Amino acid sequence: MDASYNWIDEVSLLESLRGGDESAFSWLVQQYHNSMMRLALLYVQDNGLAEEVAQETWVAVLKGLNRFEGRSSIKTWIFTILTNQAKTRGRREKRTVSFSELEEALENKPTVDPKRFKPSNSAASADHWFVNPSSWKDIPEEAFLSQEMLHMVWDTVSTLPENQRVVITLRDMEGFSSNEVCNILGISETNHRVLLHRARAKVRSVLEDYLNSEN
Amino acid sequence: MVMNCKELVELVTDYLEGKLLAVDAARFEQHLSICVGCTNYLEQMRQTIHVMGYVREDALTSQQWQDLLQIFRDWKSS
Repeated sequence: MDASYNWIDEVSLLESLRGGDESAFSWLVQQYHNSMMRLALLYVQDNGLAEEVAQETWVAVLKGLNRFEGRSSIKTWIFTILTNQAKTRGRREKRTVSFSELEEALENKPTVDPKRFKPSNSAASADHWFVNPSSWKDIPEEAFLSQEMLHMVWDTVSTLPENQRVVITLRDMEGFSSNEVCNILGISETNHRVLLHRARAKVRSVLEDYLNSEN
Repeated sequence: MVMNCKELVELVTDYLEGKLLAVDAARFEQHLSICVGCTNYLEQMRQTIHVMGYVREDALTSQQWQDLLQIFRDWKSS
């Protein structure tokens, strides 16, 4: 297996897969399996189930290869299948949340504690910061990317409401575009943005609390 | 109307995604030009997104590899 082989060209990747080239399959697995596991875990209870969902997805991908028309990227196609499999499985485990329900329930709560701002009726500087957020520019990159920090971020993401978790995972961890996220999850651009905003704001506030407590 | 901090923090993602109306984007940037707190807030959100991109899981176990390659071989021989 040549893991470093770079299948930039989706057409040739597809041809190789259809032709039964194991290195093409290995490359895909290496690229996406962990991400698939992580996404599946947002819908099902434990690692074992997530692994099953991911494996079922690979089976479905292989079986669907000849029908895949390349209207989306292979990555988007795989993750759409995964999300559907995971949702079905999660529903059976009674853990899933339907996006349409959640869209209705989208709270309009502020993402920054209102106590951080001066009251709306204060004369000159209504609704301005009491104490400005501090600049993170002087904090070294290593501090942000330390194992402790990254674990804390992942723990925070894990505690987010399910719909926010899925969106921030796909966008900011897996690097999907907003369009791809909307396609995979079947949600509107606007709702995707609201969910993403709430999720990012939560992670930011945890980082802020942590950094403040360090000093 | 002039944008205040409380309003700006809720528009950061729309701003970063390029989804604000031109008039609101102008108000947003105009506020930033006079507000250190919001400038820092925007920077913190950008840094948060940056950090999110580094959250990764471990490599696949050999058991996982074996299972997946078996799936492929089963498919190929079917």
